[in-house]
Amino acid sequence: MDAVFWSRILTAETLSFHIIFATIGVGVPLFISLAEAWGIWKKDNHYIMLAKRWTRGFVITVAVGVVTGTCIGFMLSLLWPQFMQLAGNVISLPLFMETFAFFVEAIFLGIYLYTWDRFKNPWIHWATSIPIVIGSSMSALFITIVNAFMNTPAGFRLENGKAVDIDPIAAMLNPATPSKVAHVLSSAYLTCGFLLASIAAYHILKGRNHVYYKKALRLTMITGFILAVATFAAGDISGKFLAKYQPTKLAAAEWHFETTKQAPLVFGGVLNKETQEVKYGIKIPFALSILAGNSPNHEVKGLNDIPQDLWPPLYIHYLFDGMVAIGFYLLLVSAIFAIEWYRKKGNQWSPWLLRGIVLGAPLAFIAIQLGWIFAEVGRQPWVITGVLRVDKAATTANHVSSTTWAFSALYLALGIITCIVLYRLFRHNRAEDELAKRYGL
Amino acid sequence: MSLEMIGITVLWTFLYGYLIIASIDFGAGFFSYYSMKTKKDHIVNTVIERYLSPVWEVTNVFLIFFIVGVIGFFPDTAYYYGTALLIPGSVFLILLSIRGSFYAFAHYGVRSNRVYMFLYGATGLLIPASLSTILTMSEGGFIKKTDSGITLSIVQLFTNPYSWAVTFLAIVSVLYISSSFLTFYANRANDTPARELLRKYALAWSGPTILASLLVFWALSHHNPNHFQRALEIGWCFGLSLLCFIGAVFLIWKRKCFGLAFVLVMLQFGFAFFGYGASHLPYLLDPYITIQGAVTSPVLGKALIITFIAGLLVLIPSLGLLLWLFLFNAKYVRGEHEEEHL
Repeated sequence: MDAVFWSRILTAETLSFHIIFATIGVGVPLFISLAEAWGIWKKDNHYIMLAKRWTRGFVITVAVGVVTGTCIGFMLSLLWPQFMQLAGNVISLPLFMETFAFFVEAIFLGIYLYTWDRFKNPWIHWATSIPIVIGSSMSALFITIVNAFMNTPAGFRLENGKAVDIDPIAAMLNPATPSKVAHVLSSAYLTCGFLLASIAAYHILKGRNHVYYKKALRLTMITGFILAVATFAAGDISGKFLAKYQPTKLAAAEWHFETTKQAPLVFGGVLNKETQEVKYGIKIPFALSILAGNSPNHEVKGLNDIPQDLWPPLYIHYLFDGMVAIGFYLLLVSAIFAIEWYRKKGNQWSPWLLRGIVLGAPLAFIAIQLGWIFAEVGRQPWVITGVLRVDKAATTANHVSSTTWAFSALYLALGIITCIVLYRLFRHNRAEDELAKRYGL
Repeated sequence: MSLEMIGITVLWTFLYGYLIIASIDFGAGFFSYYSMKTKKDHIVNTVIERYLSPVWEVTNVFLIFFIVGVIGFFPDTAYYYGTALLIPGSVFLILLSIRGSFYAFAHYGVRSNRVYMFLYGATGLLIPASLSTILTMSEGGFIKKTDSGITLSIVQLFTNPYSWAVTFLAIVSVLYISSSFLTFYANRANDTPARELLRKYALAWSGPTILASLLVFWALSHHNPNHFQRALEIGWCFGLSLLCFIGAVFLIWKRKCFGLAFVLVMLQFGFAFFGYGASHLPYLLDPYITIQGAVTSPVLGKALIITFIAGLLVLIPSLGLLLWLFLFNAKYVRGEHEEEHL
């Protein structure tokens, strides 16, 4: 195994681990801020306690997010020096902005954590959460722009392997940027909505019927429903983007070989690579054409029109299907909750619905992973599509394999310790008791 | 001023910011562990934690900012340093990850235990040591460009007196900066026992710091005579640094104006750090990368400078607010807001 292989493994592993905490880092502040604002507005201490307890768990995950983010920040140069040499010239602007956004978030997180009840007017404390929400979302936005650039590079010209005529704004506003940013942000918020909802749903299932959990579930699930609709819309935009700008990725995801109109969408199945036939799959007629171009007569480019050495691995079909299926599941569960809440006779607390919500949290995180692996593997063999191939960008240094093992051990330890710490933090400290002690509720 | 000079000046300033606040953090880790070993932890730990808790995350960002900035402005650094530093860089990252996450785990989650305190203290000294080797490498002689690519000679690095002198300076400076800041902070908190203990540490580490500085000069004159020559040309910088050092030690010794004393410590390292940086130019990696190899596109250069300024306009007030709430707020420093913490 060579340096390219190990560099890919280490990068993939670091990003997969980081994305769990990064997603929490982007989404949870939104819910903390919402809960605190609602609590102050309604003079309801249940929501204030909700914000406090969420923040407490959030700090632990932020710490892991920060250190793994630092790791990937350095690794880009350590593992892909030639990529950074080229990209550093073109996308330094969004990278810079990302650090500034992160800076603001870090500063205000410190302030937010240590100024509960410091100010007479509670809205001042709440106001310090705004820069955290904006900072974390902005840093997601800018780093997604960097990734979008790698998918659809723009704003420069190559001359003797060097980037010239650089237009940093055009590089940032490359074709992939709008759909990627919308999809990343909405799905991160949605995932965190389900994460927080599943905690409340779990407690209610365990028979803890305090109104605190019900308020938590209502807040997260109603918001979650809106976010699920937004994520669905963003996913649709992403599909249209792929059809237009990265047809190879979409065709590989759908095992779509011949360029045709009225293309069907294939779900699941087994591919026979020789005959290019799909067995056992569910075919939805016209759906791919509609996804790609809003019309059954839209022509969708097939893989056979693309040189085979530029095909991404065809297993990404399953990743795509998994992501989309989970997306529909989350939409369905949150919609049922919203309807039951809206109906006068509805039962929002039915055990089956609660179980569905609890299951939704791990599924949402799996969908994030699947979606990212699909997006990244789907642009193989390129690091920067059409510009730089992966095998030309990896480090020439030795010992990448031992580095990979060392980091694997680190992530394993961090993952286990994070779970233990979070468990201990909340195990003996029940929300009911804390509410009684602090507010007499 | 040319684009690359503005770029390197801003970046160097960020690295200086990192040097100061990270030193306080790293040194505090060592003092926490040392005072636990000597059963004096009850004296200093509250002061240390009260200061560190709101700022631990900010410290990291200074470093990330510097790295991103260097690669943005001088993309060649990514290629040379990136390839050469795979192993030392990974070791550094693992240490930093252990330190950062464990701090949050212990502070916001479980109670601290001995293993954790040891790791926290040890990484506090190992991280500056590993970072300082990058400065050593920038002097040239360790990174070689051959037909097969970029290589780093670890053996040479470990047997070179200059690299040891720099490492030694990094460690003792961390302890000296940290203790002189914490002396000031404890004094503000009206915590006399903590102040006295930390004052002792500060005075104890002042001697090795100045000794190590001289050692670095001597080693540099052998390792890179050209750089040494350029440093002599701006010798006044280092002279002012020495004066500030004497002033700071005098004030701490006399138990007077601890705030001013820390400002003098900052100036001492400021003069030395900027003097070192200025004399290092035009090389970023002797002899392969000079600052003239910066971004060539004027549009990008302008955009980067505008982003810098816009970013600083947001950053400086935010940092000011943070300092105002936790450093210059007498009530917080004395611990009167303690009960409201999470």
